[in-house]
Amino acid sequence: MMKKLFVPLALVTAAMFAYAPIAINRVPLESTMLLVQKIFYFHFATWMALTTVIAVCGAASLIYLFQGSKIADAYAVASAELVVVFGVFGLFSGSLWGRKAWGVWWQWDARVTMATMLVMVFLGYLMVRKYGGPGSEKLAAAMGIFGAATAPFVYKSVDWWRTIHPQTSVVRTLGEKFPAAWDLVLFCSTAFVLLAVLLLIARVRLEGMRNELDRMYLAAEDE
Amino acid sequence: MLNMVASLFFAIGQQTPDGFVPVTGAPAGEQIPAAPLVIGSYAFFLLIMVFYIWTIWRRIGKVEADMRSLERRQSGSK
Amino acid sequence: MEVGFFRVALLVLKKDLAIEAKSREIVYTTLFFAISCVMIFGFAFVMEEGVPVDGAAAGILWIAVAFSGTLALGRTFERERYGETLRALLLAPASRPAIYAGKLLGMILMMVATEVILTPLVAVLFHAPLFAHPWLLIALLGLGTVGFAAVGTLFAAMLVRTRTRDVLLPILLYPITIPVIIAGVRGTAALLQTPPEEPVATLWIGLLVAFDVVFTTLALWTFEPLMTE
Repeated sequence: MMKKLFVPLALVTAAMFAYAPIAINRVPLESTMLLVQKIFYFHFATWMALTTVIAVCGAASLIYLFQGSKIADAYAVASAELVVVFGVFGLFSGSLWGRKAWGVWWQWDARVTMATMLVMVFLGYLMVRKYGGPGSEKLAAAMGIFGAATAPFVYKSVDWWRTIHPQTSVVRTLGEKFPAAWDLVLFCSTAFVLLAVLLLIARVRLEGMRNELDRMYLAAEDE
Repeated sequence: MLNMVASLFFAIGQQTPDGFVPVTGAPAGEQIPAAPLVIGSYAFFLLIMVFYIWTIWRRIGKVEADMRSLERRQSGSK
Repeated sequence: MEVGFFRVALLVLKKDLAIEAKSREIVYTTLFFAISCVMIFGFAFVMEEGVPVDGAAAGILWIAVAFSGTLALGRTFERERYGETLRALLLAPASRPAIYAGKLLGMILMMVATEVILTPLVAVLFHAPLFAHPWLLIALLGLGTVGFAAVGTLFAAMLVRTRTRDVLLPILLYPITIPVIIAGVRGTAALLQTPPEEPVATLWIGLLVAFDVVFTTLALWTFEPLMTE
């Protein structure tokens, strides 16, 4: 089923990303931040993709830990890599935006700090898998579960800890205040989530091939 | 692509109208230019995606090569 | 016949306390390390006139707690590994979460013992009125310790069989416990303001409670599958 979905999904996603720059160019400028605010459309979308992928990693890690399913483990490691990829882009785009909007490349505010922490947790996931020796899939699964558990706190952190980062209410009220932006936000977010799904499928396929290779090695040794 | 870059600069130009009009905040010349930041952001996105897809491609290639060499050894020893 | 949860936890705790009481090795070395941390940060953050940087006290206290806590975790489980007692414990007909709870209680006591010495030291060295609101401070330190130890005990236990455990424990532990440390530092810093901001500190205490509940529940739940081959 995954194979059949892949090509049509890829075409749709490619089309969306081809259209995105045009749409972003056409959307009206925001009143206070003007041009630099346009970073927002991909910046927000990447965090949407990130949320999806963290949820997948948390769930897959749980399933792997309690049931030992290899497929779950494949999804866990694939989504962990994607957390790092989307997370790094999210932090980078936020930094560029902040350079203009806040005047500095970096701010130790709640959301930024906690988001960085999340990316580090999943980097730790990848390190454990690489350097943890045999049985490291289980250890990594623990990281995945705890990392996913802290994600809701990261989301809510801007509401509790009032600092320089825009609050969650900004996006929620976008529909009434700036409908053109809201449509574009939905569009970009959908494109990003689709991209995440595509990359997930590809990465899981790689993992499946690796498992197959291991099986072949074991079979060869038996002879 | 060129159109997009041109219209970005056009958009910046619109921030400073002619004549003695009061401006809120620093005039465009004094501010940090936003266009490089916006372009930089989207360019980085492209870069990171291409890089990641390339790493998957490379790793799949390695596994396939290992598979083939293993099969060759199998059929050779039989 | 299975032994009750609290009984097992207390038995594990008593065992650890008994072993530690004989040599007091971990307590002394951890304490000394924590004090060294504080001194190093003191030298790093003291300004020209010999006056410490404003507001550094909260951060220094919590960093010393985190670093020495990690050390204590490593040493405790190294001792378990050396004596192969962990495997013996897991073979016993006791519920795994209860064993975890016992180890956790031991770790919390160890960290509290360090904090009891560390907090007055930091207050004196950095001219910080940490004891102006003792109950709030105790709540912050206590809840932060529980959160840190909950994750730390789980990670240290699961890494016991890993060759690279010494370097992996900090790598895995610090990112996960950043929310706990942030909450602790911001809460303590709020108490050190003039005038002290009690509502802010209470907010952070609430957050720590939420973290502790989530982390401890997760740890209790995942301890068994993580420790079995």
